[in-house]
Amino acid sequence: MSSSTTPTDMPAASIESEAQAAPGLLRRMMRQRQAKIGAVLTGLVLLVALVGPLVLPWATGYSSTAFAGRPFQADGVFGTDNLGRDILSRFLDGGLRLLAYAALATALGMVLGAVIGMTAAYSRPSLDNFIMRSNDVLLALPQLVFALLAITVLGPEGWVLVTVIGITHAPRVARVTRSATASVITEDYVRASEMYAVPKWKILLQDVLPNITGPLMVELGLRMTYSIGFIAALSFLGLGMQPPTADWGLMINENRIALMVQPWGVILPVLAIAVLTVGTNLLTDALAKASANLNAGK
Amino acid sequence: MIMKLVSRRLLVSVLILLVVSILVFVATLLLPGDPAQAMLGQQATPERLAALREQMNLNDPVAVRYLSWLGGLFTGDFGYSAATSGPVSELLGERISASLVLMGIAALISIPVGIVVGTYSALRRGKAADHAATITSLVLAALPEFVVGILLITLLSTTVFKLLPSVTMAPPGEHVWNYPLQLVLPALTLVLVVTPYIVRMMRATMIEVLDSGFVEMARLKGVPERQVILRHAVPHALAPVAQVIAIQLAWMAGGVVVIEFLFRYPGIGQALVDAVANRDVQVVQAISMLIAAAYIVVNLLADLVGIATNPKLRTESAR
Repeated sequence: MSSSTTPTDMPAASIESEAQAAPGLLRRMMRQRQAKIGAVLTGLVLLVALVGPLVLPWATGYSSTAFAGRPFQADGVFGTDNLGRDILSRFLDGGLRLLAYAALATALGMVLGAVIGMTAAYSRPSLDNFIMRSNDVLLALPQLVFALLAITVLGPEGWVLVTVIGITHAPRVARVTRSATASVITEDYVRASEMYAVPKWKILLQDVLPNITGPLMVELGLRMTYSIGFIAALSFLGLGMQPPTADWGLMINENRIALMVQPWGVILPVLAIAVLTVGTNLLTDALAKASANLNAGK
Repeated sequence: MIMKLVSRRLLVSVLILLVVSILVFVATLLLPGDPAQAMLGQQATPERLAALREQMNLNDPVAVRYLSWLGGLFTGDFGYSAATSGPVSELLGERISASLVLMGIAALISIPVGIVVGTYSALRRGKAADHAATITSLVLAALPEFVVGILLITLLSTTVFKLLPSVTMAPPGEHVWNYPLQLVLPALTLVLVVTPYIVRMMRATMIEVLDSGFVEMARLKGVPERQVILRHAVPHALAPVAQVIAIQLAWMAGGVVVIEFLFRYPGIGQALVDAVANRDVQVVQAISMLIAAAYIVVNLLADLVGIATNPKLRTESAR
C-alpha cells in the first residue's frame, strides 16, 4: 500500500486501473440507450406524482376532492368528472399513494424473499427442501386471486394491499435469491469465513448478499413494475383505494363510463401508469443486460 | 425413469392443490360472523340463524366442514351464494364456458402469432423489423392488462374510432359466442398481453439455435434455407417456448379476471370481482379454487412438456 506513492509504481497503477475498468452495475446499465429512455419516462411520472400534491391548489385552484358542482364541464385545463371534481387536481394528487404502496409492497416482498431464499440455500437439504416446497404452494395460487381472497376476508385497507402483494412477491423473489445464493456459497471466500467460525447470518450478510445484488436488483425492478400494475389494477376493480381518495387506478374505474364525454379523466391516469411501467420495465431490462454482460451498451 | 418423474410431479400437484384448498377454506374461518349471518343479514332472528346454521352444517367441527366442502368440490356442489341465496354451481356453469371460450380464442391466436413473429425477428436479427418487434414486445410486456384494454377501448370503440362494442351484452340465457363482434376486444387484449412473452422467448431460443453447429452443418451441406429453418431450427427452438406458452396460459387463468371486469364479460373473473365486493365468501372460495386448479394443471402441463422435450431426462437418472 505505502509503495504506491513512489513514482516507479506509476505503470503498475495504470495497469491496475485498466484491469478494474469494468464499471459498476449501475454505470453499465445507464450506458444503454434504453436505460436512458426508461429513466426519463420513470422520472417524468415520479415528478408528477411527487410534486403534484404540493402544487395542487396553486396550479388548479381546487383540492382533489373539492366539488365544483358542474359535472362534465370544460372548467380548468382538463374539465371535471361525473361528480364535478377537477380532473387535473385529481390526477396530480392520485399518483403518490399508488407509488408509495407499490414501493412498500415491493420492499416487503424483496426483504421476505431474500431472507427466505438465502436461508434456504444455506441450510441443510431437508430444511431447504421444506422451504422451497412451501414456496411452491404459494406459487400455485395466482397473485391476483390470492390478493382478492385476502381482501374478501380483511377488507380493502391499505396495509392489506401492501402486505398481501408483498407476501405474494416473496416466493418469487425467494426462488431467484436461492439459485443466486447457491452459486455463491461454494466460493472460497465463503469457505474461508466458515473456517473462521463467522456466524452464518454474518456470512450471508457480508459475503453472500453483496455478491447477489445483480439478480436481486433485476428482481427488484421486475417486482416494482408488477406492484404498480397490481395496485392500480386492484383500485381499478374497486377493491384497492376507496373513494373519495384520488388515485389513478380508481380514477380510471370512476371515469371510464364517461369515456365518450370526458376522455381526459381516463386518458391521463392510463397514460401515467403506462409511461411509468414502460419506464421501469426498460430500466429493469437494461439492468438485466448489465448484470449478465460486462460489456452491455458498448 | 421418465414415468417415475411424471408420477412424482403429478403427486406434487395433487398435494399442492390440497394445501391450497386448506388455505382457501381457512380464509373463511377468519371472517367475522359466519356465512349464515352473512346470508340473512343483521336483522335475522336467532331462530332463523340457528335453522340456517343447521342446514349449512355450520355446527359441525371445522375438519368435518372442510372435508364436506372438499367433497362438494368434486361433485360440483360449491355451496350457496350469500348474495343470491342460490347454489354457486348454478351461478358458475355458464360463466366457466364463457371464460374458457375467451381464453381459448386468445391462446389460438397468440401462440402461432408469437412463434411466427419471434422466428421472423430472430431471422432478421439487428435489422429494423427485429428492433420494431423487440421494442413493441418490451413495451407491451410492461403494461398492466387493464391499461392495454382501456387503450384499445379508447382507440377502437369510443374516442378515436367507433368500430367495436366496448362491453359484452348478451341477453341472459344466450351464449356469448353468438355475438362474435363483442368478443373481439377482450380477446385482443388478452392476446396483446400474452404474446410479447412468447415472442421474446421464441426470438432468444431461435437465435441460439441458428448459431448452433447443426444449423451451420445443414446450411453447409446445401439444404435450402427454408428447409433449414422449418425442419431443423424451429422444432429445436420450440421446446423452451412451449414452457413459456404454458406459463402464459396459466397466467391467463388469473389475468382474465381484470379483463372480464373491464369489458363486463360474463365469465368467472367478473363473478369473482362481484363476489369479493359483496364479500360473498362461498363464491370467492369456489372461483379461487377453480382458478387455482386451472393454474396448477397448466403448470403441470408445462413441466410435463419440459420433461418430454428434454432428451437428457429420458436417459439420465434424474438426480
